[in-house]
Amino acid sequence: MPSIPRIAEAEAREAPAVVPTLEVEGLETVFDTPDGEVKAVSDVSFAVGPGETVGVVGESGSGKSQIFMSVMGLLAANGRATGSVRFRGVEILGLPPARLNRVRGERMAMIFQDPMTSLNPYLTIHRQMTEVLIEHKGMGEAEARKVAIAMLERVNIPEAARRIDMYPHEFSGGMRQRAMIGMALLCRPELLIADEPTTALDVTIQAQILDLIAEIREAERTAIVLITHDLGVVAGLCDRILVMYAGRIVESGSANRIFYAPQHPYTDGLLRSMPRLDAGAAARLATIPGQPPNLQRLPSGCAFRDRCDYRMEICASERPPLRDIGGGRHKACHLASL
Amino acid sequence: MPPREPVTGAPLLSVQDLSVHFRIGGGFFTRHRPVLLKAVDGVSFELRPGETLGLVGESGCGKSTLGRAVLRLLDAATGRVVWLGHDLGRLPAAELRRRRREMQIVFQDPLAALNPRMTAGEIIAEPLRTFQPGLRPDEVRARVKDTMAKVGLIPQQINRYPHEFSGGQCQRIGIARAMVNEPKLIVCDEPVSALDVSIQAQIVNLLMDLQRDTGMALIFISHNLSVVRHISHRIMVLYLGRVVELADRDRLYRNPRHPYTQALISAVPIPDPELERRKVRVRLTGDLPSPLDPPSGCAFRTRCPKASELCARITPGLLPIEPLHEVACHHWDR
Repeated sequence: MPSIPRIAEAEAREAPAVVPTLEVEGLETVFDTPDGEVKAVSDVSFAVGPGETVGVVGESGSGKSQIFMSVMGLLAANGRATGSVRFRGVEILGLPPARLNRVRGERMAMIFQDPMTSLNPYLTIHRQMTEVLIEHKGMGEAEARKVAIAMLERVNIPEAARRIDMYPHEFSGGMRQRAMIGMALLCRPELLIADEPTTALDVTIQAQILDLIAEIREAERTAIVLITHDLGVVAGLCDRILVMYAGRIVESGSANRIFYAPQHPYTDGLLRSMPRLDAGAAARLATIPGQPPNLQRLPSGCAFRDRCDYRMEICASERPPLRDIGGGRHKACHLASL
Repeated sequence: MPPREPVTGAPLLSVQDLSVHFRIGGGFFTRHRPVLLKAVDGVSFELRPGETLGLVGESGCGKSTLGRAVLRLLDAATGRVVWLGHDLGRLPAAELRRRRREMQIVFQDPLAALNPRMTAGEIIAEPLRTFQPGLRPDEVRARVKDTMAKVGLIPQQINRYPHEFSGGQCQRIGIARAMVNEPKLIVCDEPVSALDVSIQAQIVNLLMDLQRDTGMALIFISHNLSVVRHISHRIMVLYLGRVVELADRDRLYRNPRHPYTQALISAVPIPDPELERRKVRVRLTGDLPSPLDPPSGCAFRTRCPKASELCARITPGLLPIEPLHEVACHHWDR
């Protein structure tokens, strides 16, 4: 069984360009359901480099989470993913769990919206944190405890040395979220995937968590993926943004370009429909009519066309491909420009 | 953001020194003494017809409890709630029941708030049958269809069940149920928090349109400060059951005086990369203290950048600092 090449080897092979930490190409994720096949992710490709933060934005059912469940090998039993997922240049899609476990948890980690889905309510924080270090890093009990306490302090858990012996339910919501982030960071992963990490939190705690993620990126050059429905959350933190609709990327580009000059009508609609604290006088919120799409009954052509103010005849007959529109941007829309 | 002039006139609702204290623990099997949880503590405000009062604060601050206490849905409430000149606490049960028709509530989780075994039509008709039992079936049906159209539902879908609707449509059913008796007040408890961004805007617009058309008052409870700013005339900020700041919308957002309000507002992410990167946040350290064991004096002092020795000794009262603007802080002008 060939082992995963060391970073240096992988970089030497691909020199001089830096090997992306994560490279996804032509990813398709399909679920078998009693009502037939549902395609949750269609033809998704992107890459994240070291120290880079990519935001993945979309509404419920857009497939944003399923991309990364596929990447991490965490799909439900009725799901399967095809295409290519390379971590540091090495294919990991479809690896058996035993081999995937050498990468995930250690070199790539994922955190979720609800910390209780990742924390075991029956084990103390101490047990859960040291286990990773003993398993992956071969540390002794005492050393692992010291490293774990240092990590809790790093994520601003007050009185870490005392609290480490507590159970998750004894932590407040914000503390649990920070403990979970601390756990994900214990092995100093090269890739951190954060799925709605602040959605369940109050706004002042959300600000603390976002600051923490930014700090980690600066200090460790971690590649970060931030999955969220809240455009405000990605604005300050992300270098690049992918906008998902009905399982596909409909627009991608730098944060500045996406926010200041969106080119896909869906991105534009999302930005306009959010009430903003810095907004001037406008009597009504702009809305996107209709509902987010049902993946089992997608319209022909462009999946967004029923809700689109700019729809043309071609939108019903031809699905717009994701095309390069210059300036590092891509969009899937027949409109020349918005 | 729509202009929201202060609403004047006789109040619809006058809440005086409202408190909700729950007794926690002290059961037969525990050796702990019961503890008093002050979910809402000494809250007073007035609400006028056509006015929207926003209630904001973090989880556990008492905003939902306050909303329910105003509607007399909680037995534990003390203090006075005066509705159109009548003290609700002193009304005979039958009279209170009649008055309930005028005040309604809309909940956060639209699907959980609807009975899955009833059709949309039956759900919306239920308050009509309760409060106007004399209506003929065809009158009920006409009123239900009329209300469905008003909230943006297709009246032909009257016989469908909740699971056949999307989240946004279920919230419209909840709003239709609240509207069908033409209430004077609706308490909206996080009505858009469970909805997708593109659907949130639809529901916010709907509530504002309905208010404009009917002149009803709204109490809008939300942790989303951007939505609250958009919809409210006045805003009340709560921290651990107490009002820390109460002001009309523009004063509160332009010139927040309580350090907690300042921190809340500065923590809201703005969908603008440059602004967001440059923004200096008022950083709060630590977490919300346990409401079972709140700090002495000002409850916010453990996280407050301005806290002094005075704050630990004396609880600051809610005092006017300018017209339409009240703050509970010893150091609001520092």
